[in-house]
Amino acid sequence: MGLNDERIHMSVTKETLDQLAISDAEYEAIVERLGREPNELEVGLFGSMWSEHCGYKHSKPLLRLLPSDSPRMMVEPGAENAGVVDIGDDLAIVMKIESHNHPSAIEPYEGAATGVGGIVRDIFAMGARPIALLNSLRFGPLTDARNRYLFEGVVAGISGYGNCIGVPNVGGEVVFSPTYSGNPLVNAMCVGILKKGELVSATTGEPGHLIMLVGSGTGRDGIHGASGLASRAFEDDRELRPTVQVGNPFMEKVLIEACLEVAKTDHFIGIQDLGAAGLTSASVEAAASGNCGLDIDVALVPRRAEGMNPYEVMLSESQERMLIVVKKGHEDQVKAIFDKWDLDSTVIGTSTGDGLARIRDNGEVAGEIPVTLLTDPPLYRLQGVKPAWLTPLQQYDLASVPLPNASASEILHRLLASPNIASKEWVSRQYDHQVQTNTVVPPGGDGAVMRIKGTKKGISLATDGNGRICYLDPFVGGMIAVAEACRNVTCTGAEPIALTDCLNFGNPEKLEIYYQLEEAVKGIAEAGRALGAPVISGNVSLYNEAHGMDIYPTPVIGALGLLEDVSRHCSTGFLGAGDKVVLLGSTDLKGESASLAGSEYLELIHDLVAGQPALDLDLEVSLQRACRRLVSEGVAHSAHDCSDGGLAVTLAESCIAGDVGLTVNAEVSGRWDAALFGETQSRIALSLSAADLPKLERICVEEGVPWVELGITGGQILMIPGLLESSVAELRDSWQGGLPKALEYK
Amino acid sequence: MKFGVVVFPGTWSDVDCFDVIHDVLKEPVEYVWHKDTDLSAYDCIILPGGFSYGDYLRCGAIARFSPVMKSVAESVEQGKLVIGICNGFQILCEAGLLPGVLRANDHLQFRCQWTDLRVENQSTPFTSTLSEGQVISVPISHGEGNYFADPETLAMLERDNRVAFRYCGPAGEVTSEFNPNGSMNNIAGITNAQGNVLGMMPHPERCCDEILGGVDGTAIFESMARWASGDRMQKVQETTA
Repeated sequence: MGLNDERIHMSVTKETLDQLAISDAEYEAIVERLGREPNELEVGLFGSMWSEHCGYKHSKPLLRLLPSDSPRMMVEPGAENAGVVDIGDDLAIVMKIESHNHPSAIEPYEGAATGVGGIVRDIFAMGARPIALLNSLRFGPLTDARNRYLFEGVVAGISGYGNCIGVPNVGGEVVFSPTYSGNPLVNAMCVGILKKGELVSATTGEPGHLIMLVGSGTGRDGIHGASGLASRAFEDDRELRPTVQVGNPFMEKVLIEACLEVAKTDHFIGIQDLGAAGLTSASVEAAASGNCGLDIDVALVPRRAEGMNPYEVMLSESQERMLIVVKKGHEDQVKAIFDKWDLDSTVIGTSTGDGLARIRDNGEVAGEIPVTLLTDPPLYRLQGVKPAWLTPLQQYDLASVPLPNASASEILHRLLASPNIASKEWVSRQYDHQVQTNTVVPPGGDGAVMRIKGTKKGISLATDGNGRICYLDPFVGGMIAVAEACRNVTCTGAEPIALTDCLNFGNPEKLEIYYQLEEAVKGIAEAGRALGAPVISGNVSLYNEAHGMDIYPTPVIGALGLLEDVSRHCSTGFLGAGDKVVLLGSTDLKGESASLAGSEYLELIHDLVAGQPALDLDLEVSLQRACRRLVSEGVAHSAHDCSDGGLAVTLAESCIAGDVGLTVNAEVSGRWDAALFGETQSRIALSLSAADLPKLERICVEEGVPWVELGITGGQILMIPGLLESSVAELRDSWQGGLPKALEYK
Repeated sequence: MKFGVVVFPGTWSDVDCFDVIHDVLKEPVEYVWHKDTDLSAYDCIILPGGFSYGDYLRCGAIARFSPVMKSVAESVEQGKLVIGICNGFQILCEAGLLPGVLRANDHLQFRCQWTDLRVENQSTPFTSTLSEGQVISVPISHGEGNYFADPETLAMLERDNRVAFRYCGPAGEVTSEFNPNGSMNNIAGITNAQGNVLGMMPHPERCCDEILGGVDGTAIFESMARWASGDRMQKVQETTA
């Protein structure tokens, strides 16, 4: 049977196009390029592959701006499921971050759980064993019951899925802001490790190989997830519940083991996970990568729902499925491995030489499209427009902000207890962060540190991204997201060697949002280049809006740092009494109102989001280099970057983590609120023994980094004479109690 | 003297346990697939942590039917040492090799954190290199570690000195404040009547290296190795006499 089949001429309804988020212009382009009207199945394939989620229509031209030149990089960004960097010792690290924002807004537990499942499959599809998870989360304020429901559900979903698959969850962030009410951000990052020779590609290879589907049965869950849910604006999310998938972490765990077992054999050509747009994107992308066509029969696909038509089978986003391209004649050996793990494995088709994606239903051709048409969506390069409201916000006269009535101590406690700064132990203790026995520095500091068994090496991992700063200046915000993520791993002593980015933005069809996206990407690119960290992988999540309001532009950066000697690392807590504490980098202790721009203090105390954020990239680069030397040369006892809440919060956190006080003897002048709580970039508070001050001086001079002595550790009080005095126990109470209190846990 | 680490579908502490025996104790160790039934090569058998069969239905309820479990029961009868850690403890309870059950934590959340444990019985093959009343730090990582038994069983466990570890404070204080999951009598681990089976919720394999924050777990595996390679037959005769 060919395309003369009567059913092929079924008219494609407007409703179908809407569900797929295909515009009229795009439909016309499809007809023109295909030379005929597509049938419903074919429109479904186009809708998936041309969706924003799979096709990167609005972002691809911008993503080319990101730095991708590093001798460590082993694959081109976007060419495979995740990025890969060489770390020496014949090992490579694979990593990627991905969003699951829209599903989590609708069904927080399953949305977050399947977000974890999806990113983990991207990693082991490359033959890498997943060794770490991180999560970057954003929610609306916890004063709202719906936000509490979303927050608790997302954390439970990550916990439920991640713990079951035995991959430690070592870090990330949680931030609360009204901008995320109704549209939380759930970005999951996974890191894997492999021997360099065992890298697996997501390709069909040459024509004639077998396409095998393994893992879970295919059901009706998640249809239109990629196209509908993640690729357009929607009015009422609650209607879209059926498009959220349901996860089975046990199946995932078994799939990891079985696929990694297959990956060590030579019975296969490629491995590809089924993620957004399910079988459609998995098979088409693998075929495109091999310059092949494909011929699959949906009747062969194991189902878990009855009466599914080809359209539903091809678009289903049922979880825990993988595509294995098996060498012809080796299918029995591969099947034996999956049988051992009690997993279904079914050959559903072959790679072909004609370049066509041919979908059959019980032998009859149900759709047939050139693969290259599907993987070549229209790209939109718009001309962004700086929002009219932005300049007045940036030029806001911060000097007009009155000094607060409350004391510095009271404000410090309020900041420590605010959910954005407070301890996230309520979250991290629900995640297994130790399994695999590599976690050297657990969640809660700047960056997690993990050892690499069998070597002296370690890696450090962190995520960062400040939506409020990006809102005030998306270019500077993009730079700061990179600088902070790198600074976090630097504080452990690790050198940032690679980044992964998740670009969470509003509706890119609005030119003001496109401006934010473009500027942020440029900022990421500039900082990544300056800090020598290429962006090796990433994901774009657009149309993040609720009730007609776009979210803050929120690029989230995941950073990978390398420690040549894992025994030489630092964490954030002071080590004991009698150590000197110094501030490196931007060392001016005279409070200037400009430093309040976009600060947590300004929003929490003055209910104001305004000002012009700034970053001196040259200083940042020198600062990070100096800090790494101070750690690796054994000078630093602790290192903690100054970020949310400013210097006072940084020092308080180091006191709490080290359970020791600090007396500051440096002179603090100017606006005390700006000096203590301003968020000037490029600062690291570091402790060391007094005897090592000459070494510190030498390294800082060599690297061209200013430093100033702040004080000396000891006792059980954080004291800044004349300004602030609080016991470490009280600081800890505020910091540890903040989140449970916000959740009304007693 | 050889250790066997049993692997069920969904087990994830298998590698961690294997590495401790191999790298820290430097003793012979092999993985045992759950469909295998020949355990004759092993003197010490480890049922590691994880989510066997996803812990669907009930923790350990499906794994207890794996073919290997019949052989584990036979090994227990032969006097071999069996330690069940976390999910392994749950499986041993489901299999009837230890009394009681592990219920959901009383706060209904998963918990991964360091806990202090008081050594309650130094005379087991698993604790011989520890001392009674000693406080050791061992991490937990579970959602269902809330030990429960009927009053008679609980009284019997206490009377027969079968509570191996209790959750406690840094100074050994056994109070509800330091109980991370609501377990009865702060129980963290128990032994069978013969003393050759230990089930414990905390993960000793996670604290056998200073760089991971502690080494208190090593003593448990060392005790097993010492017992198994040394006066095992004598002990069996003593305990079964």
